[in-house]
Amino acid sequence: GLSRSLKIFLGDMDAPVYQLTAPDKMETMTVQQDATSTVRPFVVCAILRDVAFTPERYASFIDLQDQLHRNLCRQRTLVAIGTHDMDAVRGPFHYDARCPDDIEFVPLKSSDDTAGQAFTGRTLLEHYETHPDCKHLKPYVPIIKDSSLYPVVLDNENVVLSLPPIINGDRSKITLDTKNVFIECTATDLTKANIVLDTVVTMFSEYCSQPFHIEPVRVNYVDAAGTTTKSDVTPALSTRRVQAGVDFINSLIGIQETAERMVELCNKIQLGPATLEVGPDGRQQMLEVCVPPTRSDILHPVDIAEDVGIAYGYNNIVKRVPHTNTVGGEQPLNKLGDLLRDEIGRAGYTEVLTHGLCSVRDNFTALRKQITAAVSLSNPANVEYEVVRTTLLPGLLKTLQHNKSASFTAGFKLFEISDVVLPDDRHAITGTVVGARNERRLCAVYAGPTSGFEVIHGLVDRVLTLTEVAPEEEYGSNSTKGDEEKFRVAREGWCYTIRELTAGDADAGTYFPGRAAEILLTSPSTGGERVRIGTFGILHPEVLSAFDVGYPASCLEINLEPLM
Amino acid sequence: PKANMSAEEAAILTHLSSGPDAVIEDTLTWSGQSKLDHKAVVGAVKSLQTDAYVTASDLTKSYFDLSAEAKDILANGSQEIIVLGALCEAGEAGISMPDLQAKVGKNVCKIGMGNCMKNKWAKKDGGNLVATKALADVSDEVQAHLKALADAGGSESAVDAKTVQALKRRKLINLVTLKSYRVGRGESYAPVRKKKAADLTKEMLDSGAWKTTEFKQYNFQTLGEKVGGGYLHPLLKVRAEFRNILLEMGFHEMPTNKWVESSFWNFDSLFQPQSHPARDAHDTFFIKEPSQTVSLPEDYYDRVKTMHEVGGSGSIGYRYDFKREETLKNLLRTHTTAVSSQMLYKLANQEGGFKPARYFSIDRVFRNETMDATHLCEFHQVEGLVADYNLSLGDLIGTIETFFKKIGIEKLRFKPAFNPYTEPSMEIFGYHPDLKQWTEIGNSGMFRPEMLAPMGLPENVRVIAWGLSLERPTMIKYRIKNIRDLFGHKVDMSRTRMAPVCRFDDLNTE
Repeated sequence: GLSRSLKIFLGDMDAPVYQLTAPDKMETMTVQQDATSTVRPFVVCAILRDVAFTPERYASFIDLQDQLHRNLCRQRTLVAIGTHDMDAVRGPFHYDARCPDDIEFVPLKSSDDTAGQAFTGRTLLEHYETHPDCKHLKPYVPIIKDSSLYPVVLDNENVVLSLPPIINGDRSKITLDTKNVFIECTATDLTKANIVLDTVVTMFSEYCSQPFHIEPVRVNYVDAAGTTTKSDVTPALSTRRVQAGVDFINSLIGIQETAERMVELCNKIQLGPATLEVGPDGRQQMLEVCVPPTRSDILHPVDIAEDVGIAYGYNNIVKRVPHTNTVGGEQPLNKLGDLLRDEIGRAGYTEVLTHGLCSVRDNFTALRKQITAAVSLSNPANVEYEVVRTTLLPGLLKTLQHNKSASFTAGFKLFEISDVVLPDDRHAITGTVVGARNERRLCAVYAGPTSGFEVIHGLVDRVLTLTEVAPEEEYGSNSTKGDEEKFRVAREGWCYTIRELTAGDADAGTYFPGRAAEILLTSPSTGGERVRIGTFGILHPEVLSAFDVGYPASCLEINLEPLM
Repeated sequence: PKANMSAEEAAILTHLSSGPDAVIEDTLTWSGQSKLDHKAVVGAVKSLQTDAYVTASDLTKSYFDLSAEAKDILANGSQEIIVLGALCEAGEAGISMPDLQAKVGKNVCKIGMGNCMKNKWAKKDGGNLVATKALADVSDEVQAHLKALADAGGSESAVDAKTVQALKRRKLINLVTLKSYRVGRGESYAPVRKKKAADLTKEMLDSGAWKTTEFKQYNFQTLGEKVGGGYLHPLLKVRAEFRNILLEMGFHEMPTNKWVESSFWNFDSLFQPQSHPARDAHDTFFIKEPSQTVSLPEDYYDRVKTMHEVGGSGSIGYRYDFKREETLKNLLRTHTTAVSSQMLYKLANQEGGFKPARYFSIDRVFRNETMDATHLCEFHQVEGLVADYNLSLGDLIGTIETFFKKIGIEKLRFKPAFNPYTEPSMEIFGYHPDLKQWTEIGNSGMFRPEMLAPMGLPENVRVIAWGLSLERPTMIKYRIKNIRDLFGHKVDMSRTRMAPVCRFDDLNTE
């Protein structure tokens, strides 16, 4: 395919024109639509005549099917390709879905001990699920396993040719000596089935005695009463003529090519024969191209424009800077976070950046917390990732654990400002409620020869001073505030206090008894009420040992959003 | 000035006071005689030496000490020779393992038999062990080597390095290092040490003593004291600089504090078909709880669904059955474009209608990938976009060049790429002045009309966008090979402390 495109681009070869032949008697495929619609409704077929296989072409034919199965066919769930030696079977063909126990057939050999053995649909799937040699087929078993009917392709004598999307029959297997190839693509997505069949036949019709000629098959859908409800000739080999404005292409890519030059470029990149037409407004010049069946990616005139751009060469486009007049700006929450990061760094704390995903143990039990609601993952590749964190603390404690060899004598101080995610089925953004919301938090830890409770307490006061919140009258009245207090700048109606965390509190278990506090904020948005924005305290020794931290430690965790 | 000497310093200076040629021949023996701790004496010598009270020449020596087992071998021969002797004695029939153990002892049997087998001196014949060499045909090399060492007083040069390794491995010898010095008078010798002041103090200022005080010489070749204080994380220093750059360029930050997203915004609104492989569980973290999005903007949902199923605005669409259950599936966003999409939707539907805009974001995204040295399940995506009338690929290239120039990458090349929601799409390659090579540095494109039209953006509004990871430029800047050394709890805090400021303007000054 690649070498063919190069030859055409360089002008050494004309773009191929794919043609459907007109056989004396067109082969048919009859679909029992009531049965197949329960499991895998669609089928499309084609025949390649007088194919000259060589070992290389044969390998490439198999490889193409594998590639398609993996990608376009989405592991055969959307489309499955079956290829058969046309001379080993005889039409008219049937596509039906039958009870697994009524299906009897000899599949392609998949393990040495079962070569040539006949199976029923049910026993075959069980065999593939369990036999060590059939691991490559096992992933496809669940696609139909639980259906009451399994899809089957049959020949004129009611012999099963294939059990899609799992395996083909042994009788019609393709060999190097095969001359005529019958291709059937069964599918749950008809558009994709046509694309897949078009791809297979356009790639391999090159090796037919009459290159690029493909024999069509009529596919008739019949209902339970035997009435034909739909009749298609496949492959669709859909060739479309698509228009794109010359001005549009120039404007989109940022070039000034003439219409004639664009025609030339399109012929080079297999979108030919290209012509120039007059647009609907009677003035605009339209480039009309021919989209071959191989180009299922072309959906819109922008796709034509891109191809012209590629042919022109992206590195030849003259760059310019958009004249869009805009003013930059920050998200206030990110700005506050960055300002506080600088200040807390100045206060002697080292910043960490930890993962948002963690285990239930780290997020709850290791912190001596009840397991409560958190956003949980359904399919993590890493078993440690069970939930999205609801607290920043585990990340900091794990950092302490991994920096054991550092010096703790002067106190080891860490902090992080980042998000946690909390279940919330009311929070709406852009008219969308997903059932969770982020919350921006500050977490800081001190670990050293002593717990550093007062060090952390000091950071609480510092953060609130920085965010223009004054202590309540009562709070701090016992301490020598000194002259500094008269320089305090605080927002009107904003104040805070701290209060001992009661033993029954949900967060109390994380802390040492009698050494845990909650931070209460009063602000215009709390309606004069005290609202908890965070907690701090000495970490409970069992929490420390759960994270393998050998020093006493204190921590704080504050929600920054109410301080905005 | 008061004499504040340690006991060891006083003893050394006193010993040397007997005359100008007085010496301590060997501190090791002298400490023993003087009943002083030798370590403390060595410390005192070094301290006195810095102020030139004494001179010291190094007598430090190393020797190999023989273990008890080695001494045994010296007397009785190596275990393998003893075992071979016993086997030879047993003759052609050999001897059973229990009998051999009883004869030579369990330990000798274990080590000796192992070495006999290794040397091919013995074999197993049925249950019995049989000698394959006569005692006379072999020599006891281990014993010979140990004897050579013992005779040379444990000198390192008595045997070759390979032998030393072999003997060490058998735990037969052990290197002992004995530090000691020969000490004589130095040019500043005095019987009593006058300690020079190390630093200027408040007392000296108050009393005026600084005028008469002698100060120690300062060693200008030692590093200064650590400044202490806190340190910011290297990746977040780069994030701050990238934010500055994008703000300078007139970009407005998008609110990306939303990790849980619906498939609708993450994929469908971008015109990424529901059967696209990126939507496989192999790539995306789907959410067990809350598994489904509760509500969506329904009008817009209908327009998106129609675009996928039958197309519109000049597109033929993907022509498949769009499934609501697929669009409602919650996930951890795989890119911040999920937020860009919402911003563009808002831009189209804001009061007063569409106005041109520049947006950026730098935030976390999640991929359910196997982790290795350069991939984690979480990383930061930098994304910039411009929405305006009639933008072109030339505008995109120009914008990308402006941005990368600001982070020190001036030479760029663009390569066509495939991306489900941009058309045209370009991979960005840059010549990196730090790496001194061309490398892929980002991805870019123009959002597809099928994505923009359902939002309600005017037909000739085009959106150009580019993106890159924050981790890669940070790893290049801070010379980090493994991403785990940058992101997560395994980061060594020393690395954070040593990270320089983040600036890019120094890259192209050569």
